[in-house]
Amino acid sequence: MTVGFVMMCHDALDRAAQVAAHWARAGCPVVVHVDRRVSRDLFDGLRNDLAAFDNIRFCERHACEWGTWSLVAAAQSGAEMMLAEFPKVRHVYLASGSCLPLRPIAELRAYLAARPDTDFIESVTTQDVPWTVGGLDRERFTLRFPFSWKRHRRLFDAYVRLQRRLGLRRRIPDEIEPHMGSQWWCLTRQTLSAILNDPRRALHDRYFRRVWIPDESYFQTLARLYSDRIESRSLTLSKFDYQGKPHIFYDDHLQLLRRSDCFMARKIWPRAERLYSNFLSDNLASESRAEPNPGKIDRIFAKAIERRTRGRAGLYMASRFPKDGWENGKTCAPYSVFQGFGDLFQGFEPWLHKATGARVHGHLYAPDRAEFTDGHKIYAGALPDTAALRDYNPRAFLSNLVWNTRGERQCFLFGPRDQQKIVEFLAEDPNASISIITGAWAVPLFRANRDFADVRRAAARLQQVESRQLAHLRRITTKARVRIWPMADFVDAPMEPLQSIIDEIGPRAPRRLTEAPQMHDLTGFGQFLQNLKNQGMQPYLMGDFPSGDETDAATTPEWRKPYLVG
Amino acid sequence: MLWRAFRKRRELTPVQDRTAAIGSRDILLFSTLRNERVRLPYFLRYYREMGVGHFLLVDNGSDDGSREYLAEQGDVSLWHTTRSYRKARYGVDWMNRLLRVHGQGHWTLSVDVDEFFIYPFCDTRPIGALTDWLDASGVKSFGAMMLDMYPKGPLSAHRYHEGQNPIEIANWFDSGNYTITKNQTHGNLWIQGGPRARAFLAGKPAKAPALNKLPLVKWDRRYAYTSSTHMILPRGLNKVYDEDGGEKTSGILLHAKFLDTMGQKAEEEILRREHFANGAEYKAYHARLKAEDPDLWCKWSEKYINWRQLEILGLMSKGNWA
Repeated sequence: MTVGFVMMCHDALDRAAQVAAHWARAGCPVVVHVDRRVSRDLFDGLRNDLAAFDNIRFCERHACEWGTWSLVAAAQSGAEMMLAEFPKVRHVYLASGSCLPLRPIAELRAYLAARPDTDFIESVTTQDVPWTVGGLDRERFTLRFPFSWKRHRRLFDAYVRLQRRLGLRRRIPDEIEPHMGSQWWCLTRQTLSAILNDPRRALHDRYFRRVWIPDESYFQTLARLYSDRIESRSLTLSKFDYQGKPHIFYDDHLQLLRRSDCFMARKIWPRAERLYSNFLSDNLASESRAEPNPGKIDRIFAKAIERRTRGRAGLYMASRFPKDGWENGKTCAPYSVFQGFGDLFQGFEPWLHKATGARVHGHLYAPDRAEFTDGHKIYAGALPDTAALRDYNPRAFLSNLVWNTRGERQCFLFGPRDQQKIVEFLAEDPNASISIITGAWAVPLFRANRDFADVRRAAARLQQVESRQLAHLRRITTKARVRIWPMADFVDAPMEPLQSIIDEIGPRAPRRLTEAPQMHDLTGFGQFLQNLKNQGMQPYLMGDFPSGDETDAATTPEWRKPYLVG
Repeated sequence: MLWRAFRKRRELTPVQDRTAAIGSRDILLFSTLRNERVRLPYFLRYYREMGVGHFLLVDNGSDDGSREYLAEQGDVSLWHTTRSYRKARYGVDWMNRLLRVHGQGHWTLSVDVDEFFIYPFCDTRPIGALTDWLDASGVKSFGAMMLDMYPKGPLSAHRYHEGQNPIEIANWFDSGNYTITKNQTHGNLWIQGGPRARAFLAGKPAKAPALNKLPLVKWDRRYAYTSSTHMILPRGLNKVYDEDGGEKTSGILLHAKFLDTMGQKAEEEILRREHFANGAEYKAYHARLKAEDPDLWCKWSEKYINWRQLEILGLMSKGNWA
């Protein structure tokens, strides 16, 4: 009792010959089906190569086209010949010319001999199949497909649509419950002959002839009628990409394939010399009696699909440049933007760095240069601080910075004195966390010893810029996390907002904030605002600061001391 | 485009035509060069090992022995011209001509002598594995960003020897300062940045050279490169990137221009006024090269290891190829 292979070939015939010879030498009969579209010369060459083996036969040739009945017809011819000419064969294994056995034949034989009545065929009902490409699952069995999908895609699609619209349906024969699965199976003589010798075979064949991709459903469905021991899995490791195209194995997959403990893999790149010479070598170590375990390979290919379809969030590069809204993340990691904090506090950046461990930059969008942390002229990824380069593409500047510093939280200062073009991007980025103390831009003006007419002009301009920016951030489309405090409120109770900021960034070890940054002396700030008003300007973004002595009383020396909170 | 290539056909005189030896599935390399004798041995070796089947080269008036050297190589077909590189639109017309005549139906690699193509798994799979996979996927063009490589220290501090891998010297690069915009007319991405933008053209970022390239194309008579290998027609071939968030498979062209041989080269190019935008790029370099023998290296430069590193850094992608 042994296993026989039906091998479907259409190209790389030299490799197919190598594998067929390998099986034949091990005493396993092989029936080869060669696509009729392969030239006579190539076919004769293959036949000559294998002429020395009396257990290799060539069956009737069909012209094979993907997705059509021809593939089933070819498998039928091969299987019929196998059953008729090699009576000792107990299991028939359907393989392709680009399959490669990964374990010694003896192991496969022993495995099958221990399971003499088991049919290994992936067979899943249409409701349970997640992997059909193109959305046709149940409809494969109920519509008609007279047009070639590969050559006449438009007609194919149009005819499917037409049938859907008209509600045209084929009747599924009574005894048939459609199942689908990998086209690479291993069936027992009993099941296979029952399928092929069934008195209703003509009826089955007539029905499946018009089903879409019948090689994934003909045997998979009919085996259910005759077998009472179906293992619904394929012994052949075969992975598909997101377009339904088989993944290909190369020399560098050698270790992976070896450790998979699968019996067979598909598809192998014909020039993968190391794979062929390793797995077809006669002294292939028979290390394991383990069950096939393709888990690791599954993960690698699942990752490839993920990369192709979703990509790496926040990455913009030569082969990934998402349209607006398709980025799966405009930047690759959360970051924080602080507005007004640098104006209100002394040494806010070192304080924040100390409290959170995050990287804290100055004003990255300052008019003259990007103020990287510690005065760097060039920063991670060789990003220069040059204003012209940054302003040439402000978005790329930020997404690059966040990408280049993956694994480390970035924070930076922003304000109405900075380049404003980035605001829109910040607002739309869910990774941005923006904290704003409105009106704090007035503090440097208040502290500067400048001509008051200049100060008034500057204040008017900054207020205008900031209010425009706030209007932008308050739009319904904003995805950033935005927190806004009028300066007066913030000054009143700074600890709570500061604590919430620290908590959000996530300090190295969660802890209570013990030290607040030092606030600038605001004595006289209320009067300063009043002076602006007196000059005809209306500073409203700061909130309510009482003018005159009252403010002075409020800004006791307490402000100048670091906070200590239990 | 095709008409231009046709008109330029007479500018090329065959020196050594071995194109009859090209096999139907050979991968072909096309290049134009001038006075690159010292770089040629390693260049040929690199691409032979990758699996290139035949080299189709245009020698634009070399006088350093490049022509004689190439004529001796069994897998090289060589044409010669002394016409203007600039008037042939920086060699594109010549390339299009050769591609049209000899490239039909082949995978073609169009690179300069200082460009080294890197693709996913290039250390374990020959280029034929990539092109077979692209064929199976129905993909006709393959994108690769040009990555400017530079040495640590002044250019003149390292001497390049014939036969040496230039990446041994110029083994540093900028990993994350590139900007991308989409060219709405031709559908290609326009990538700029890197050490040239950072060190030479910081004040004029718009003038920084384009780094997007399409070096690998399954050629068809109807195709034509329009601007170096940055763009190609028909425009569908430029879409080597995904716009729905996914990553397509892509490579890198390691650009080993910044060697000690460059100072001399730049001087020559200025005299010939044969480069882009009347050599705006070259003038900027030259000013720097002459004045201070620049060091492009900075503390954030990344040292080249292999393609996997470039993949992790996000400069290229395996995409769906595993």
